[in-house]
Amino acid sequence: MKKIFYILALMAIAAVFNACIKDLDTVPIDPDEVTAEIIFKNPEAYTQFLAKCYAGLALGGNDGDGQGDISGIDGGFSPYLRQYWYHQELTTDEAVISWEDQTIKDFHYQQWGTSDVFIAAMYARIVYQVTLVNEFLRQSEDGRLSDRGINEEWKAKIAQYRLEARFLRALSLWHGLDMFGGTILVTESDPIGDPDFFPPRVTKQQMFEYIESELKDIETQMVAPREWATSGQYGRADQASAWTLLVKLYLNAEVYIGQPKYTESIVYANKIIGSSYELAPTWQQLFWANNDQVDATMQEIIFPIRFDGIHERTNGGTTFIINAAVGGKMDKADYGIPGDNGGWGGTRVTPEFVGKFDLETDKRATFFTDGQNLSIDDINLFAEGYAYPKFVNLSVVNGDTINGSDGNMVDTDFPMFRLADVYLMYAEAIVRGGTGGNLGDAINYINELRLRAGVPTINDITLDFILDERARELAWECHRRTDLVRFGKFSESTYVWQWKGNVKQGQSTNVKYNVFPIPDSEVSSNPNVSQNPGY
Amino acid sequence: MLKHLSTKLLMLAAILFCGVTSAFAQGGTVTGVVTDASDGMFLPGATIVVKGTTQGTVTDINGSYSIQVNANQVLEFSYVGYATQEFVVQPGTTLNVVLQSSAQSLEGVVIIGYGSVKKKDATGSVSVVGQDEFNKGAITNPVGLIAGKVAGVQITSNSGAPGEASTIRIRGGSSLNANNNPLIVIDGVVTSGEGGSGSRSALNALNPADIESFTVLKDASATAIYGSRASNGVILITTKKGREGSPLKLEYDGKLSFYEKPKPLGVLSSDEFVKLFTSKNPNQVNMLGVYYDQDGHQVAGNDSDSTNTHTIYNTDWQDEIYRSAFAMDHSLSATGAYKTMPYRVSLGYTDQDGTLKTSEFTRTTISAALNPTFFKGYLKLNINANGTFIKNRFANRSAIGAAAQMDPTKPVLSTDGSYGGYYAWLGNGGGLNSMATSNPVALLEQQTDKSDLSRFYGNFQADYKFHFFPDLRANINLAIDNSDNKGTVYVPNYAAWATDNIRGGGRDDKYTGKNKNELLDFYLNYKKEVPSIASVFDVMAGYSWQHFWYENTWDNKNIPIIIDPVTGDSTGQKLYPISGVDRGELFLVSFFGRLNYSFMDKYLLTATVRQDGTSRFSEDNRWGLFPAVGLAWKINEEGFLRDSKVISQLKLRIGWGKTGQQDVGGYYGYQGGYSIGTQNSMYPFGNVYDTVIRPNGYNPNIKWETTTTMNIGIDYGFFNDRLYGSIEYYNRKTTDLLTYAPVPAGTNFVNNLNQNIGDLENRGVEFSINGRIISNEEMFWELGLNATYNKNEITMLYDGASLENSNSTISGGVGNVIQIHQVGESASSFFVYEQVYDNDGNPIQGLYVDRNGDGIINSSDKYIYKNPNAPLYFGISSTFNYKKWAFFFSGRANFGNYVYNNAQSELATFDRLYRDEGPYAGNVLSSATDINFNIPQYFSDYFVQEASFFRMDDITLSYTFENLLKNSLNIRVSATCNNAFVITNYDGLDPEVFGGIDNNLYPRSRVWVFGVNLQF
Repeated sequence: MKKIFYILALMAIAAVFNACIKDLDTVPIDPDEVTAEIIFKNPEAYTQFLAKCYAGLALGGNDGDGQGDISGIDGGFSPYLRQYWYHQELTTDEAVISWEDQTIKDFHYQQWGTSDVFIAAMYARIVYQVTLVNEFLRQSEDGRLSDRGINEEWKAKIAQYRLEARFLRALSLWHGLDMFGGTILVTESDPIGDPDFFPPRVTKQQMFEYIESELKDIETQMVAPREWATSGQYGRADQASAWTLLVKLYLNAEVYIGQPKYTESIVYANKIIGSSYELAPTWQQLFWANNDQVDATMQEIIFPIRFDGIHERTNGGTTFIINAAVGGKMDKADYGIPGDNGGWGGTRVTPEFVGKFDLETDKRATFFTDGQNLSIDDINLFAEGYAYPKFVNLSVVNGDTINGSDGNMVDTDFPMFRLADVYLMYAEAIVRGGTGGNLGDAINYINELRLRAGVPTINDITLDFILDERARELAWECHRRTDLVRFGKFSESTYVWQWKGNVKQGQSTNVKYNVFPIPDSEVSSNPNVSQNPGY
Repeated sequence: MLKHLSTKLLMLAAILFCGVTSAFAQGGTVTGVVTDASDGMFLPGATIVVKGTTQGTVTDINGSYSIQVNANQVLEFSYVGYATQEFVVQPGTTLNVVLQSSAQSLEGVVIIGYGSVKKKDATGSVSVVGQDEFNKGAITNPVGLIAGKVAGVQITSNSGAPGEASTIRIRGGSSLNANNNPLIVIDGVVTSGEGGSGSRSALNALNPADIESFTVLKDASATAIYGSRASNGVILITTKKGREGSPLKLEYDGKLSFYEKPKPLGVLSSDEFVKLFTSKNPNQVNMLGVYYDQDGHQVAGNDSDSTNTHTIYNTDWQDEIYRSAFAMDHSLSATGAYKTMPYRVSLGYTDQDGTLKTSEFTRTTISAALNPTFFKGYLKLNINANGTFIKNRFANRSAIGAAAQMDPTKPVLSTDGSYGGYYAWLGNGGGLNSMATSNPVALLEQQTDKSDLSRFYGNFQADYKFHFFPDLRANINLAIDNSDNKGTVYVPNYAAWATDNIRGGGRDDKYTGKNKNELLDFYLNYKKEVPSIASVFDVMAGYSWQHFWYENTWDNKNIPIIIDPVTGDSTGQKLYPISGVDRGELFLVSFFGRLNYSFMDKYLLTATVRQDGTSRFSEDNRWGLFPAVGLAWKINEEGFLRDSKVISQLKLRIGWGKTGQQDVGGYYGYQGGYSIGTQNSMYPFGNVYDTVIRPNGYNPNIKWETTTTMNIGIDYGFFNDRLYGSIEYYNRKTTDLLTYAPVPAGTNFVNNLNQNIGDLENRGVEFSINGRIISNEEMFWELGLNATYNKNEITMLYDGASLENSNSTISGGVGNVIQIHQVGESASSFFVYEQVYDNDGNPIQGLYVDRNGDGIINSSDKYIYKNPNAPLYFGISSTFNYKKWAFFFSGRANFGNYVYNNAQSELATFDRLYRDEGPYAGNVLSSATDINFNIPQYFSDYFVQEASFFRMDDITLSYTFENLLKNSLNIRVSATCNNAFVITNYDGLDPEVFGGIDNNLYPRSRVWVFGVNLQF
């Protein structure tokens, strides 16, 4: 009897143990955490994932800048556009900043190191976008959609999503090629979470060809120019987005791969110019809070990064661009940021940049000068250097000034690609010897921009003129570093501005700074990645 | 201590006396009283057995006994929780016996996790601190009781806030990114260490007055029985219990504490400020003070219109935010036994106001413990139930920094009642100047940040000795620990520092936090003495299951700003309600076993093994095996020392073992999955905003971090243990370090991930010595000293690279990180530029040594300069008794620890005087004129400053009135000074900064405590 009791007791104990060991197989119980197999049964999830791929350009993470996508940097610093702006603008004559955040001044001084936290964040952001898109492409494979019972109507929609995702991937890879001489290359066919997989850092030539082939593959299948905008889907990438990226890729091909491709550049510029995109009637409107609401501006903006003060609670993007530019004697209410954290007093421009404008007539010379010195004796003081509130968080509608929806976080979209840029690139490609267009058209296009800006038209154009006109037209839109590198005026002695090289009058630095270094963390964690020359 | 000696004297007297009388009697009575060594009170219910017989008795209510014996028989005196004593007796004699509580007895029994062992038979590094040795005075958080008491254990209170948590480090931290806190076990129940949102400290739920002893397990041979959670040591807390047969005993303990107003940072006075400001910014002087129009309304920042009046105020902002504060503490307990049911119930109440205005902590605790035995001791039950209710009010700590920076020429209050009556900086246009420093008093008074916490924890433990096989014991322990927190943060919309005229101001936030911890332990213990081979076997095998669950919710919104109170028309109606919920659970399942083997009572072996499974890791990496072995040799039991008059104790201990660590990051780190974005992170297509989803980063290969510990120790005692202590050497190597480290770009959905990369080592020597310098009938003095040397070194890391310590963000700039982890260096070393000095030894702004010689000063020129960990630290305590007076003090010293003086690096630069973003004026530290920097030089090694110190934690004087009211009442009155003084060369406010970054510290103030203790 006792034996039976013991055997039963042992069996009971064994059963309890077994049950308890099974407890170790947990799945998340948080309502915001879901497994892939569950979430992707709902077709809306593909839209939400694509929205994330776009939002990756705008926001720091899944909760505004909280729940950051990348780590190792403050959440508000981490958004893609804010870092892109640092890299493309703070390094040039178009911007200085007074703050003491980590190594931020090294940008303007052109003396960054390989462990720079911002450079690491930019690199991480670029690859993060690529990784997101890769996963989107894996999850939206046709076979998987069928397995999950996604219907044909949704499948057609998702097929378009896939093209847009690939555009976003090409865009980021191009940023990587431009700023870093190429990042690693991973695609949807590579594994995730495999510790034995080290992505290759392909040559610049290979990266160039990959981006080119991707864009050429998708551009024919994407929707026609402005089709999204006219069907209530403004902000999504269309054919013109892919074309603009091709124009940029080809225009800079000499820098990237040592081969001129100006003729190819003109081919795609012509397609855009011939499409339904039009210049906005006034320049300043392009940088207003409602630039995503009125056709006048939407018709010029080919590819925006969308922002909204309520739904996109970020300190990056245009919230950064607008707030950082307001300080000193400026009344922040005048720029649509009267909120409790509005007006950060950080960014100004150099006198060399100001010198490019006719301050009396050029409507693009939106400098604020009261209390501001033109010359910068002390880069740490907001009062030194003119303020440049080009972007604002308000709009004027029928004479009434309308604030953005929040007093600090702004609504203003960032025009990453716009037609004026294409006009200027077209002109440059022709002056640089590209065929398939003509100089007369180029001059006319530039005169359209100049007339809009209220400055006299011109009869002839030189490369230096185009570079200066790009500065006047496109300042703070993240083109400047790329332009200066293409013109051999970035690190070189051919052009200096105040505090370049960490001296007041400016000095040349080292040609190695024409690309950023690969972050130390990447070089040490991936044996396939070697450092850029000179670092 | 006194009782040790008196016991021994009594023993000696008894033996001598018995020896003399033995010739006269064959059979007769022995009588006497049994008293408690800890308080000298009579001990009712103690068991007295004539050894080798069934004859016995128990002491009566007055502790007296009477028993029949024959000559030369042995009487065994025992009592639950006390060390058993034996005496050879003769009939007709009187024998008074003093029993020692085992926790504090050198000879006593120590708990070691799933069982206990005689202290003299322990093979591991185990330190016990009993209640007599506890620190005294105003101690709200239980671990404060043993700060400085144990070699190798560092306890740093996080700040001077009421009810504040302390950080405990045992022998340095064994991890980089995983939890470095020791495991805390209360009455056999492993706690999670999580207090939940709104709680200042998980341990706060325990009333210090309910604690009988702390046992600290330091080396792996002692801790490995806790396996995966024992890498940072284990602290076992034993609470007070009732005793069998004892009568009702009531005890009241009350304290009234007075907290001095804290010492502020040295900033410029209003006059000094005006002078310095004027010399530095002559064009901006109209920013100082306040301009008022004819109606007495404040006008825009620098409006010096001739019709306006101008007032320069003289405000000491730090004086405005701090206060002296009172606290009171009451504990009432009843201990006794109802038939065979010993019980203890207690009630505790603590109410403490913080020295930073508005902070407050109140705690009510109720606890009950029952520990009956049944079936002649075959079945023992242990039932504990505790309820804790805490009310916190948190002060807005940004007031601390603001008070140092706020312009002293500004007033506290607004003249016209605007912004809730508090002065606020206005901007150029007359609207609020939001970049300017917020009014520190308004920051405090306009924020109501409260939390209510209720917690219930308790366990049911049954220990059953098998009737038919009494060598075998089964023990089951069931426990639950539930806490339920609710919090609110309210800021009115007229608070200038929280206003937003677009989206509504203020805050109206609510949150809740629930934590649940369930535990089931079961073990069998078999103990067998085999005299034929002079061996004792003690084998234990068990199983443990534990489940942790939490849920946090939040619901935050702004408050609309009403413009027209009549019509109710409002602007800023766009509320931003943000709400959410966060949930997780973790399971741990373990199997464990231990063998204690003793040969000839001289050679001891302990072998331990534990296998732990955690739901944190994938099935392939889930289980970890943690073995340990300890050997001890009681040298003093050898023939050549047994009769030594000098050496009373000498034991050599050698231990080796592995322990684990799995407490890192979230609960699901190995699983991929998707996170749904919040309403703050949507993206529009057209004008339709879509919620976003994101794949999570994951590491399918994440596994245990393992720490291998080697320990060699000697326990010594001289002159009958008048001098005793121990010396130990340890080496702890952590491998597969759980490190938050970069992943190769493109291989995961994150750029940093918790990975098992790197090795870390802690080596050290611990020494403790306790001596009874004076010990006679009237006077007694015992002095204890402990010293620890610990060296922490990262020996391998992530392909030889270094990693920023993301927890070392400083104040000033955004994202500035001051510490890194690097191979060959201590974890969290400061990473800075080498400052260049002029001929007079003053630092030159912005000039650093070009350490890599590339002609450019950039981040590649930073170097490692010092670290915050003290390589050498000491604790000292002294107890001096003269008749009924007792004088006690205890203190601690750290040597060689460095602090980054962030207050100075941020607030001692001239550019703080006038800020053109805003613009506004701000105060600076007085040391600004010595340092002479115009702009902050955050990364200069100038600010990494030595912070060695000695702190006198408490000095207590007490007097005991004994045997009042017909021997039924003892009263002890005491006066304590806590945090009496600090000796240091450090420039900042307080050299003791856990983590080594001195900024915005809620200051620790000196406390005067008056206490009364009644026992009847």
